[in-house]
Amino acid sequence: MAEKGLAEKVRETQVWKSIFRHGPPNNARNRAAVVAGNVFLHLHPIKLKKSGVQLGYTWCMGGLTFFIFLALTVTGVLLMFYYRPTAEYAFNDIIALKEHVPLGIMREIHRWGAHAMVITVWLHMFRVFMTGSYKPPREFNWGVGVILLVLTLLLSFTGYLLPWDQLAIWAITVGSNMAKATPVMGHGGPGAMLMQIGDFVMVSDKNDVRFQLLAGRFVGEPALLRFYILHCVFIPLVVGVLIAIHFWRVRKDGGISAPL
Amino acid sequence: MKELINYLADPIRSFPITCVLYFLMMKYYKVVGTKKFAWIAGTLFFITAGMFAMDPNFWLIITWPDNIPISILILSVGFLTWFTLYKCAENDKRIEAGECPIEALPENREKVWAWPNLVYTELFAIIAGTAFLIAWGILFDAPLEEPANPTWAPNPAKAPWYFLGLQEMLVYFDPWMAGVVLPGLILVGLIAIPYIDTNPKGNGYYTFTERKMAVSMFMFGWLVLWLYLIIVGTFLRGPNWTFYGPFEFWDFHKVVAEYNVNLSEFFWVFGLKQALPGNLIIRELPGIILTILYMGIPVALTFNSLNAIFQSIGESKNKFLNITMIAPAFKCLAGIPAFIEKTGYIRYYIYVYLAVIMAMLPVKMVLRWLFSLKYIIALPEWELNL
Repeated sequence: MAEKGLAEKVRETQVWKSIFRHGPPNNARNRAAVVAGNVFLHLHPIKLKKSGVQLGYTWCMGGLTFFIFLALTVTGVLLMFYYRPTAEYAFNDIIALKEHVPLGIMREIHRWGAHAMVITVWLHMFRVFMTGSYKPPREFNWGVGVILLVLTLLLSFTGYLLPWDQLAIWAITVGSNMAKATPVMGHGGPGAMLMQIGDFVMVSDKNDVRFQLLAGRFVGEPALLRFYILHCVFIPLVVGVLIAIHFWRVRKDGGISAPL
Repeated sequence: MKELINYLADPIRSFPITCVLYFLMMKYYKVVGTKKFAWIAGTLFFITAGMFAMDPNFWLIITWPDNIPISILILSVGFLTWFTLYKCAENDKRIEAGECPIEALPENREKVWAWPNLVYTELFAIIAGTAFLIAWGILFDAPLEEPANPTWAPNPAKAPWYFLGLQEMLVYFDPWMAGVVLPGLILVGLIAIPYIDTNPKGNGYYTFTERKMAVSMFMFGWLVLWLYLIIVGTFLRGPNWTFYGPFEFWDFHKVVAEYNVNLSEFFWVFGLKQALPGNLIIRELPGIILTILYMGIPVALTFNSLNAIFQSIGESKNKFLNITMIAPAFKCLAGIPAFIEKTGYIRYYIYVYLAVIMAMLPVKMVLRWLFSLKYIIALPEWELNL
């Protein structure tokens, strides 16, 4: 009888067996078990049509978007250890990220990753459109995807303010000035003057949508805190829930689209 | 040569050029979608890009840290647009010959195991993505400017690059349109696509012939209205949002003679040679009537008398009309009653109003360039300018 190899010995230990309930995925039974029995891999169907795994068909853009989202979550959490969202510290903390933190490219990866995610999510939509994958039964999931795309832009936009440099506050000033012009709900928009009873002004620069967004009349410290919470907590939570729905529906609507 | 490119890059010229190029690309997509074309176009692109990059002013713009993603975007969209046309051309040739698309071949319908076929591809994508991000992070520092200073605004003050298409629209529309209504409608329009497009064909494979209308409208919005405007807003707009050619130095003192006139001034002052009426509504009546007429187009299209005219133009054998796609376009319009019959009025009106509002942007651009028209309806008293 041949001597057992080290790998085989490890596979037979109680520790290994307690983690992986199946043998190596080299036969049909174990290939099914490895996908179905793993919390991450079970997002996948056990078997799928060949056209759905071809890079030429999917471009892998949705998968890359999800991967970058995870990478941004990890680097983002690391950045949160060092960053304080106040006008006094924010900019200095960003400098310190580069100067004093070991392996100080986390902000670079986070920043460039954010841009890359915008690009991949657009390209994902482009691919889904070109293959007609929004057609029945996937109409609803296309809508979820559109909202995820918008939330990706908002995540990137809210993060843009956090370095608290000239680029940040003026880009957000330009962007948030649009909210001022919202019809009826912004004080500089059409219809805002209708929201007035006698001397009582219902929509002014002290309570319109831009004020709600910035927590003030200009991009100041309250806006920084508000954008920080939106960027680090609120939008990621919403995105997380929507991603779960998006993936769930991909499976429930019959997997990656293929000719009927 | 550089002068010529600077001259052509002005949106007045580059927007029509882009539209014509887009039209040619979609009309001859079977030529574009060949490997030979890709090699030639790719080589030409990199040679021109190299020549462009030798210019110090152009180099300054493309190496500005936050513009790097746009270069990546241009490269990836360029390649993938070609690639999608290539896949479409491949499938369409088969479909026209009466065969099934490649994705529907039995060997592609065959089911394969997720492990290893899918999982290994994903692993590779994750490794490649990680390597790419780390390399990008090492090679280029994340942009950081001076500490925030609320008392000193940079010029130009630009939004993040992915919103620059919207900021560019501010040239033609007021913020309530460019910043709120139009983005909102883009969102609604995108979500509405699956409910408007009732064509059951082209589900799950690349094709152009089977869904010409949907693909060409989407690609026009995506490539021309969205990406082209982002490129203009990023690379060609300098201080005061003035146009600067790709090789032009951003001279803060560049003076642009720009005098834009409202429609009401055209009508009352230049047309009727009298002062603007005091009553706001009467003053803006020409613009209001025009807007109502424009918004009435979708209703008018359903009239039978107009339909007969469309039918006759659509069936014309005139060569010019056919090559420029005018006749096919009219044939499309003549198909509206049948379209309504099939899909119902609600779908028709949502679809056509989204299209009509999307068309407002090019319409307003052309009016601006031809007549220096500022606002069709100008009611700054009510913050309502259109």
